[in-house]
Amino acid sequence: MTIKSNQVDDSMPGVIEPSKQTSRRKFLATAGGFSLLSAVAISSCKKSSSDLMASAAVNLGSGDVGILNYAYALEQLEAAFYFKVMASPYANMSAAEASYLTDIRDHELAHREFFKTALGSNAIGGLEVDFSSIDFTSRTSVLATAKAFEDLGVTAYNGAGQLLQSADYLLLAGKIVSVEARHAALIRDLITPNSFADNTALDANASDMARKPADVLAIASVYLKTKINASNLPV
Amino acid sequence: MNFQNILSELENVDPEIYERTSERRAAFKNFGAIGKRFTLAALPFALGSIFQKAYGQTNAGVIGVLNYALTLEYLESNFYIKGVATPGLIPAGSSLGAMTLIRDHEVTHVNFLKTAITASGGTPVSYTAAQFDFTAKGGFPDVFTNYNTFLAVSQALEDTGVRAYKGQAGNLQGTANRGFLTAALNIHSVEARHASHVRMMRAALGVNVKPWITGVTSGIDARTAGNYAGEDVTIQAGVNITGLSGASGNISASAATEAFDEPLTKDQVTALVTPFFA
Repeated sequence: MTIKSNQVDDSMPGVIEPSKQTSRRKFLATAGGFSLLSAVAISSCKKSSSDLMASAAVNLGSGDVGILNYAYALEQLEAAFYFKVMASPYANMSAAEASYLTDIRDHELAHREFFKTALGSNAIGGLEVDFSSIDFTSRTSVLATAKAFEDLGVTAYNGAGQLLQSADYLLLAGKIVSVEARHAALIRDLITPNSFADNTALDANASDMARKPADVLAIASVYLKTKINASNLPV
Repeated sequence: MNFQNILSELENVDPEIYERTSERRAAFKNFGAIGKRFTLAALPFALGSIFQKAYGQTNAGVIGVLNYALTLEYLESNFYIKGVATPGLIPAGSSLGAMTLIRDHEVTHVNFLKTAITASGGTPVSYTAAQFDFTAKGGFPDVFTNYNTFLAVSQALEDTGVRAYKGQAGNLQGTANRGFLTAALNIHSVEARHASHVRMMRAALGVNVKPWITGVTSGIDARTAGNYAGEDVTIQAGVNITGLSGASGNISASAATEAFDEPLTKDQVTALVTPFFA
């Protein structure tokens, strides 16, 4: 497998910075290949808010690269979330929970950085997240979001498998999805004992579900300022 | 029954037609290049061989994969059926509840795969309880009398099941097999949920394991070394994971191995589970 490192964005050690400065730098860095429409967006950015800049969509691309960028986008979201969780732990986080959540954070960082490196110059830039709906001081809010992300990640990878052409990439997705499922089971058990694989996650065939990228991104978009254009992904 | 929906989905050709159309478009793109090298008369044959690639996938390979999965599901389901039915083995309450749920999942997987194989024109393999030896020829003599041993074998079976399904994903690739691949992936992640939970059950009893696999450690012993061999790789697709930035410094070797589960080939899995067949 290919894809040499070409650092698109070295500014995100742990979390995606929401500052105007950073988002603009990232935006401009990735806008080079965009069309006239993007150029218009850039000129409006100069005098306007970061919200407007965030409204310029990131295009995941097509084929296997598009699917890998799709995975990279989801891993960015998860990594940013857990980074924030452990940067400001909720009240009375037990040592065991802190240990598990730290592990999960590190796994998601590994996934994110892996995709970024593997995709190289084909990688999308850093996404701007919107965690305004999450109360990071609340165990309930944090774990509910973690559960949503992990279950979503499982359905996303399960649905993406059949869209990949490369057997190597399919295997990689398989290596990651089972780890996401391990996370999902743990988080679920932290919320409600023995809910690791209950019928809110599984169907009547005791199987996880698979979601199409469009359906996954519709759910994930609640947590993203950056708009994602998945229109070129395989279906 | 919901089963019907899944089957009709498996047999639904619409999404494949979509995909085949794009294959076809690719084929026509190649057509130009072929045209330069072949005479006009040779073209229909060249085109035919291109389409055979898109349409000509034999189902025999797929049935083989499904029967392999079914064999492993029979192994798991019989293990839990016997464990749950053994008085005094699994503590009542949460533990018995978890094992009963996992048993029911494995039984459902057996039925799902049997039906899928039959519906695809194949003949499902079949096993009865008497055909299993969960002491693994004496390797785990107290598997149904010692709860710790039972959980250890459970963990090994679940983690190995994850690796087994993962190793077959590539054999279910291709337009004609999309439904099978997704169905297998959807079971694969459930086995990982089971593994995570069983590991937590063992951790609660003081075993040093986490829901994910750190290096090749299993919290068991040499008897399951083969089940975990290779889980300690830190290079993925040529990328050294421990060379990537983490929260502070690089990603640790532990996190690098935990973040990616590794596959096993059918031969490897067969060697590992053979002792469990009487």
